[in-house]
Amino acid sequence: MELVRELWDYMSTRKKFWLLPILIMLGIFGTLIVLTQGTAVAPFIYTLF
Amino acid sequence: MLILGISAFYHDSAAALVRDGQIVAAAQEERFTRKKHDPSFPTNAVAYCLEEAGCRMADIDHVVFYDKPILKFERLLETYLATVPRGFRSFRTAIPVWVKEKLFQKGMLRKKLGQIEGVKSWEGSLLFTEHHQSHAASAFFASPFKSAAVLTMDGVGEWCTTSLGHGRENKLDILREIRFPHSLGLLYSAFTYYTGFKVNSGEYKVMGLAPYGKPVYAQKILDNIIDLKDDGSFRLDQKYFNYCTGLTMTSPAFHELFDGEPRKPETPLTQREMDLAASVQVVTEEAVSRLARYAREVTGERHLCLAGGVALNCVANGKLLKESIYDDIWIQPAAGDAGGALGAALAVWHQYLGEERQTNGKDFMEGSYLGPAFEQSEVEKRLSDAGAIFDVVSDDDVISTTVDALAEEKAVGWMQGRMEFGPRALGGRSILGDPRSPTMQKTLNLKVKYRESFRPFAPSVRREDVSDWFDLDTDSPYMLLVAEVLESRRYTPNQDEKELFGIDLLNVPRSEVPAITHVDYSARVQTVHKETNPRYWDLLTAFKARTDCPVLVNTSFNVRGEPIVCTPEDAFHCFMGTEIERLVVGNCVMRKEDQPAHLKKDYKEEFELD
Repeated sequence: MELVRELWDYMSTRKKFWLLPILIMLGIFGTLIVLTQGTAVAPFIYTLF
Repeated sequence: MLILGISAFYHDSAAALVRDGQIVAAAQEERFTRKKHDPSFPTNAVAYCLEEAGCRMADIDHVVFYDKPILKFERLLETYLATVPRGFRSFRTAIPVWVKEKLFQKGMLRKKLGQIEGVKSWEGSLLFTEHHQSHAASAFFASPFKSAAVLTMDGVGEWCTTSLGHGRENKLDILREIRFPHSLGLLYSAFTYYTGFKVNSGEYKVMGLAPYGKPVYAQKILDNIIDLKDDGSFRLDQKYFNYCTGLTMTSPAFHELFDGEPRKPETPLTQREMDLAASVQVVTEEAVSRLARYAREVTGERHLCLAGGVALNCVANGKLLKESIYDDIWIQPAAGDAGGALGAALAVWHQYLGEERQTNGKDFMEGSYLGPAFEQSEVEKRLSDAGAIFDVVSDDDVISTTVDALAEEKAVGWMQGRMEFGPRALGGRSILGDPRSPTMQKTLNLKVKYRESFRPFAPSVRREDVSDWFDLDTDSPYMLLVAEVLESRRYTPNQDEKELFGIDLLNVPRSEVPAITHVDYSARVQTVHKETNPRYWDLLTAFKARTDCPVLVNTSFNVRGEPIVCTPEDAFHCFMGTEIERLVVGNCVMRKEDQPAHLKKDYKEEFELD
């Protein structure tokens, strides 16, 4: 719940409510992705993420 | 008031503890876990900081994390949206990590901090600074200057990749910034990748390789890849890069521009890679120089502070100093992400709490000797437990036996006092050698460090003697400035030697101190100061008395791919796994020939190559 509140605070502060549907979709699909695979590693790139 | 700064989860995790504005301790996690660039939560580094300060987590007033995860997530999402559908592969790789872990960083930090002392969660004040605010704070608040222009340049933080700030007393304002995907650090990393080195660790190698080449591609880079303006601002043409959408740094257009695929790691280096390295180095130096000029113009300051990974480019720093845009330049020794932990803690003290900052002409880094030290009795116990055979000698004999070994051209492992914070060994955890020896560079590279033969070594010199040997007359305690060996100390090459180029230049003795003179007569100088490292200063004094040379080769105490040693046992294991011939830890002196044969080991296979 703390994360949801933080994301809401973030969207309010940065005026980025247009990200809300994307975040909801990510919440759904992200959970699916997590359930189907482990952590991925990208060896040839600067640690951008 | 105790403030604990933390950097973690990307590369070079670290912890730093500040008590009432004074830096008590700082260390990188990799030194404890023995995993280079370890990105995991710095449990060991935090535990060490607490021990050094004699406190517990319950005593900490604020913990501060060095960047803002949600802003970073915003950058990721917006980048993927802007490049959809091309970025799907990268998206598929990055998002699970975020949905699973990184979005929950606040809770994770509380849990990990609690675990250090066996409780479920640490419930104190947890703050977050912005990535470049942390870098800028580490550069300015730790500097000796009352006011200064502040430049930070790295790969990327949240959005910012380059920032220009103005520091005054306890205030630090960020005035301008350049945002992702336009990044000097990522440009340099792209060439690091393209020339066949590992991104985020091979950048030093590109810098070391540059003097072997000619900057024949520099104009091509400026014409096609980077649009560099007079004020130092720039834009990268994303057509040449793949880091926004893929899992490599460069794109097919980049490969086409330079007529070939990236060099495969560990394959032979050619003149082409050397020329590419020289070219990107020249472009970087030009960008840094323009940024510095603009910062001077905007702030009107006579002093400059630098941090961020690009500030570890000591060649660019040396050239900047020589341009005399500023009266003096100070570079944070832990300029990479590890230093963000320290910067975040200092930002809380001065910016968040508004506490005063008293300067006295000296920086706040204590020579960067901010890591663990070991009492003599503990050194003896640990070495005995490791099976080492050693003599315990007096303080004077530590110096004289070490000078004897160095004068006999032996490689000496030297572990004294507190460990350094930042990527450089500064005489606390160093391998030392005689710089006058024409074979020392090759021997150290191939038999001791197991690394590429082209890589240069740095000199340590007493501050008092620096201008007798190098074209430098300022403090360079953190080995972050490159200066030329004085002409009077150089050898004139004969006609045959003049015609050599590329890697063949390596075999030509270039000065009275060939082991530390790079092929362009440059050297990455460390000035040694009696106040911050008296024992190392004494060693240089004694070496000068014996040989008339106040310079030593100083390279980090590790092999390729290994973090710098931390404990006496680490030092002993490295000693036994390499051709280091003497080891001096505190007042314990070890000779290789005295050690039990069964303790020798094949060391170089233990670490993944960097």
